[in-house]
Amino acid sequence: MYARITARALARAVPSKAVKATPALTTSAKAFSTSMLSMNTAPKKDRVKVNFPGALDSHFSQVLEIREKMEPIDTFRVMDTDGKLLDSSLEPDVTEDFAVKIYKDMLTLNAMDLILYEAQRQGRISFYMTNAGEEAYIGSAAALDPEDEIFGQYREAGTLLYRGFTLDQFMNQCYSNELDLGKGRQMPVHFGSKALHFQTISSPLATQLPQAAGAAYAIKRSGRKNCVMCYFGEGAASEGDFHAALNIASTTSAPVIFFCRNNGFAISTPANEQYKGDGIASRGVGYGMHTIRVDGNDVWAVYKATQEARKIAVELNRPVLIEAMTYRVGHHSTSDDSSAYRSKKEVEDWKRNDNPIVRMRKWLENKGWWDEAKETSHKSQQRTAVLKSFAAAEKRKKPAVSEMFNDVYDKLTPNLIEQKRELEELIKKYPEHYDTSNYAKEK
Amino acid sequence: MSNILKKAAVVSIPTVRQALLRSNPLLANALLAKRSYNSKNGVEMTVREALNSALEEEMRADDKVYLMGEEVGLYNGAYKVSKGLLDKFGPSRVIDTPITESGFTGLAVGSAFAGLKPVCEFMTWNFAMQAIDQIVNSAAKTHYMSGGNVNCPITFRGPNGAAAGVGAQHSQCFAAWYGSVPGLKVVSPWNSEDAKGLLKAAIRDPNPVVVLENELMYGVSFPMSEAALSNDFVIEIGKAKVEREGTDITIVSHSRAVGFAMAAAELLEKEGVAKVEVINLRSIRPLDIDTIIKSVKKTNRLITVEGGWPQHGVGSEICAQIMESEAFDYLDAPVVRVTGADVPTPYAQNLETLAFPDTEVIARVIKRTLAKKIGA
Repeated sequence: MYARITARALARAVPSKAVKATPALTTSAKAFSTSMLSMNTAPKKDRVKVNFPGALDSHFSQVLEIREKMEPIDTFRVMDTDGKLLDSSLEPDVTEDFAVKIYKDMLTLNAMDLILYEAQRQGRISFYMTNAGEEAYIGSAAALDPEDEIFGQYREAGTLLYRGFTLDQFMNQCYSNELDLGKGRQMPVHFGSKALHFQTISSPLATQLPQAAGAAYAIKRSGRKNCVMCYFGEGAASEGDFHAALNIASTTSAPVIFFCRNNGFAISTPANEQYKGDGIASRGVGYGMHTIRVDGNDVWAVYKATQEARKIAVELNRPVLIEAMTYRVGHHSTSDDSSAYRSKKEVEDWKRNDNPIVRMRKWLENKGWWDEAKETSHKSQQRTAVLKSFAAAEKRKKPAVSEMFNDVYDKLTPNLIEQKRELEELIKKYPEHYDTSNYAKEK
Repeated sequence: MSNILKKAAVVSIPTVRQALLRSNPLLANALLAKRSYNSKNGVEMTVREALNSALEEEMRADDKVYLMGEEVGLYNGAYKVSKGLLDKFGPSRVIDTPITESGFTGLAVGSAFAGLKPVCEFMTWNFAMQAIDQIVNSAAKTHYMSGGNVNCPITFRGPNGAAAGVGAQHSQCFAAWYGSVPGLKVVSPWNSEDAKGLLKAAIRDPNPVVVLENELMYGVSFPMSEAALSNDFVIEIGKAKVEREGTDITIVSHSRAVGFAMAAAELLEKEGVAKVEVINLRSIRPLDIDTIIKSVKKTNRLITVEGGWPQHGVGSEICAQIMESEAFDYLDAPVVRVTGADVPTPYAQNLETLAFPDTEVIARVIKRTLAKKIGA
């Protein structure tokens, strides 16, 4: 299957337009207008291949060709916006439990987002980022092996949820309390879990991309049959690290999947101001990489694309780029009000016309695996569970003072020991200025 | 500072040694080194050979250790530090990368997160600025930010500081930059023993370590003790070394400037002016302030010498820490920083020569400091 996808993607990477003043000649008749066809020279097989080390697949030509565009890469989809299967050959080969779990995780993610978003608005946590409109990326997590390493950007909590990160673990991190796996050292949504093979989130955009290539290199060297999954947004793809990562993953043949959530906006900057050319997918082909573009609101298309990408990564030790086209329905983060740069109507239209949760629900209902009663009962149970976990996390104690100094290095260095001693003395000396009643006890 | 610079400008007329240094800095330093220090067991090694043997020994000892960077494999390294390693370990352990500092540094960091022990070579530390986010924001902080769950056992290394005749963008010391970052360890070797022992310690360290080598020292030979020749030889990171004991004044220095300080000390002892104690910092972070405090309490006078810039420099940090310590009360004269000039490094030979401290400048500052007395 992956070979077919790739062959199609590559076949379309031919010139579609030439500058009029310089009639270009090419063998790709399909891509050219009739007037240009008449000027065509001999087929490539009759022409001489270049011998330059930098581009061994090129042929000599007596026509000066100036290209601007390749033919746009198609967007793979499995079901329509009503959750109807578009081609019976694409029927997902999955069990009811498997499909329902994905759907339930989409709902849970949505419920958690609503409550934590409100919590930030009420000043109970400092920051949050929702996943609204992009929940179908959970399909990508479902296509991975649980031991594939994940490097996220920040809007991929659903992949962790899919792998079994508990509501308590999410809430403890957002409240930076004593049970937070990150020991209260990062902003909300910067989750990480060694047990679930999910690398701790790094705030600066795109740093995770070359790192993912490195982790993939380590996997390749170990001989494990795993790959790395690396998420990022179309905005992050403007960073130098994105280009560096694709190039180095390609040259080192690293088993990594770069998964671009192209949600149309980088905070307020729309995609058409972020980059030119045929989206992010066109970059993949440029770096000599297998590339797929997929409807990112279609769980089963995302699932299928990731399955095929994973085969290429694991079996061929090659990187793959997936561009999942979606729309960010929520604000960028709690620091953003998107009504300043897009109309509420536009957002509402997306919610109504192409909602990944609705599409999945309809697909499940068509299969007879879900209904209104299940929906109502699940949503109610889930809201209770989220609120319970939320309240418990809010009440838990904050990290102990020593956690401020631990883990800077594997062991405390002399200056850390000195700083810690100084702080402890101050706290002891001035209890009226240092209320530690809400701190966890030192272990 | 400005005083020192004026003096430097006056005394730093190009000498025969400096002319030689320009035409063949490695030879000049080799001659200087050999003249000054004799090996006890007769074994000498260049700093380059010492670094090479450290890499080879650690790669043999642990197959998780691998070397990566631009030109490190087929070309044997831009400065030949990795000579022969590709032949010995093959292309999966010695990796030539595309020219993308942020890319290969990120790759190295990611592979360290995943359990490998990369040695990431920068052709010079100047180029690592394109990757500084990976070094500071990811390598240094991830262990902390992950709640101690993700280790980053990585060594970043390459030549640092001023070389000869390579201008502003190739002649900068990054000791103060990386030395300011919690989560990083930073070492700056001077001689061959330092180079071998510190690089081996860096590779074995579970934390990210920045190794600041010096291009002009690569070809300089130094004696190697019996212990330093062993596969088990490591130098503890975070400990300075008293290279020369003295009673009248302390000079603290790192990297190539240690050699100038040693020569100045020798000169002044010969002249009967003073017995100078020279401390080779070896580690920039953690900084071994205790060794400096102990020395200052003995000599009552302190000078710092480095090739980097004065503002917020290594010397500035030492001054501040000494003022905050009990050693302050023992000072008989103000501490003086001898540093590179506060300008981007000029290319023209006459100006470049004026921009960095040398033995004569150090000797002059020692004499001046000895003549001063607080309150007098």
